[in-house]
Amino acid sequence: MNKKLSFLPVILKKSVCALLFFSLTAGMLTACGSSSSAGSNGEVVVYNWGEYIDPDAIEMFEEETGIKVVYDEFETNEIMYPKVEAGASKYDVICPSDYMIQKMIDNDLLAEINFDNIPNAKENIGESYWEQSRGFDPENKYSVPYCWGTVGILYNKTMVDDPVDSWSILWNEKYADNILMQDSVRDAFMVALKLNGNSMNSTDPDELAAARDLLIAQKPLVQAYVIDQVRDKMIGGEAALGVIYSGEAIYTQRENPDLEYVVPKEGTNVWIDSWVIPKNAPNMENAEKFIDFMCRPDIALMNFEYITYSTPNDAARELIEDEDIRNSPIAFPDLSQYQNLETFNYLGEEGDSLYNDMWKEVKSN
Amino acid sequence: MSKAVSKKTEPPKTAYFNEKLMTAPYLFWSIAFIIIPLCMIFYYGLTDRTGAFTLENVTAIATAEHAKALWLSIGLSIVSTVICLLLAYPLAMILAQKNVSQQSFIVLIFILPMWMNFLLRTLAWQTLLEKTGVINSILNFLHLPALNIINTPGAIILGMVYNFLPFMILPLYNSLTKIDPNVVNAAYDLGANAVQTFLRVIFPLSIPGVISGITMVFVPALTTFVISNLLGGSKILLIGNVIEQEFTQASNWHLGSGLSIVLMIFIIINMVLTAIFDKNGEGTAL
Repeated sequence: MNKKLSFLPVILKKSVCALLFFSLTAGMLTACGSSSSAGSNGEVVVYNWGEYIDPDAIEMFEEETGIKVVYDEFETNEIMYPKVEAGASKYDVICPSDYMIQKMIDNDLLAEINFDNIPNAKENIGESYWEQSRGFDPENKYSVPYCWGTVGILYNKTMVDDPVDSWSILWNEKYADNILMQDSVRDAFMVALKLNGNSMNSTDPDELAAARDLLIAQKPLVQAYVIDQVRDKMIGGEAALGVIYSGEAIYTQRENPDLEYVVPKEGTNVWIDSWVIPKNAPNMENAEKFIDFMCRPDIALMNFEYITYSTPNDAARELIEDEDIRNSPIAFPDLSQYQNLETFNYLGEEGDSLYNDMWKEVKSN
Repeated sequence: MSKAVSKKTEPPKTAYFNEKLMTAPYLFWSIAFIIIPLCMIFYYGLTDRTGAFTLENVTAIATAEHAKALWLSIGLSIVSTVICLLLAYPLAMILAQKNVSQQSFIVLIFILPMWMNFLLRTLAWQTLLEKTGVINSILNFLHLPALNIINTPGAIILGMVYNFLPFMILPLYNSLTKIDPNVVNAAYDLGANAVQTFLRVIFPLSIPGVISGITMVFVPALTTFVISNLLGGSKILLIGNVIEQEFTQASNWHLGSGLSIVLMIFIIINMVLTAIFDKNGEGTAL
């Protein structure tokens, strides 16, 4: 055989390997939950928010434990819930928000977590976050806090010349077509309810009708209802004002220094997203290992630096080198200085449908 | 044609059996992915949360929000379909007159974008149309007034026309190439001018293509929710969005299915019209 040609089989082999690899990963991405490519110690199926973890952390977890991570993402709690409830796709670890965790507990979808297997949780996560969690998980039995934060207004200093300290600026006609609202029912109603001085967990039909009318009045001024896109649109200078989660604020400021984040004086939503294990999780042990790994200070720090959402992991916060970030009022606000802070509660099926119907009226108007 | 058929001998029994066997995968496919899902939609659509029979989910279309979304969808779909037809017909006529190699090249150009993901292409339009987007940057550079159509019904129509235009061109092109040139020549020989030939010969013969093109644009336009979400900034609620939100946000599968049944009625009307006009099934073959 010619010497040059003898390379051919090697190249062929390599390209076939590469092809196989690609098709495998592609298959994994599309058919999440397929066990065809499990690691040596099985797998763990994680269902998390979009861009809510450092991919390197997942890789480290896989290397250290030999557990294959199958990763899937959702955009809102409401999209996540029916998939888990239907039970067709079985997840091991999910990261819902406060009120959704309450709903899942109420509907008996969650497994109690054995905290003996998650020593890092109790050790590293601050007491205040456990206390806050009791609002939706009264005995701290089902959830491990992962991220938390506030909701506020992100504005572009070059485009807004009024002082921004109230939700009412989102109704200022000067900024018509320059306002971005959240395209999720509870977040949108939170803004209007708070501006009216009501609780954001209100189920009073009159209060909700008033909030709905306020949102309808605001609609002509709104450029778009978006969720994750608020971030990119604000960085690109597409809009002047946007309702956004505090965790995105630090990232957007890094990309565009003209942006400023404010928690309005009427109060806002203080939220927690926590890891939970659904009752039908096929790999319960691996799920516990995954949560424990995420609570390790160095991993929590990695995730914080990557996603810039506030971490409840006190040990990780100590490790933040940049003092400005460690004491940032956006990432780690002193909550005692704000008034009317609340956390969402699950409002029951009737409450949910009340909100959904009114939201539809806003959207179709 | 008829002679050729009558000459054919009856196929032997085994071939008939094989034919049946070969339709099995398709039968399985339609039962698993068309019939069963349809039954599920009817089950959910005609029951409430307790499982009791109700027509409420279907009659819910009459509520102000739903009716408004439906009419808006129908309106935008009709406008898009008409624009597609006006754009596609002349093009299909030009195409049909070219020689074969030119034809396949132009058809390729029209099919090429369809190889790219539909979502990506629509997202690209978002980037193009944004206030600080590509088109406005160019207009701004040329000191021309900015184009502000993102998040308006206009942007949705643009998205529909862009995405569904190939589905109008191809059936039209198909039926126009099938017209025997001798028929057209005969019309000229008998003294018809170009307009008369078009109106009385070419257009009537292309009706099957027109009808199937209209179906293939109107139906997806009526049911879309992605285009209205991405290019309408979620501000404009089409019936597709209402149904999507009932499933994903409100987790009310019953109402979502009920509204889907209503939408199906419109689609069936459209298909019946197609069947009436397109008896030979000529235009439907892409």
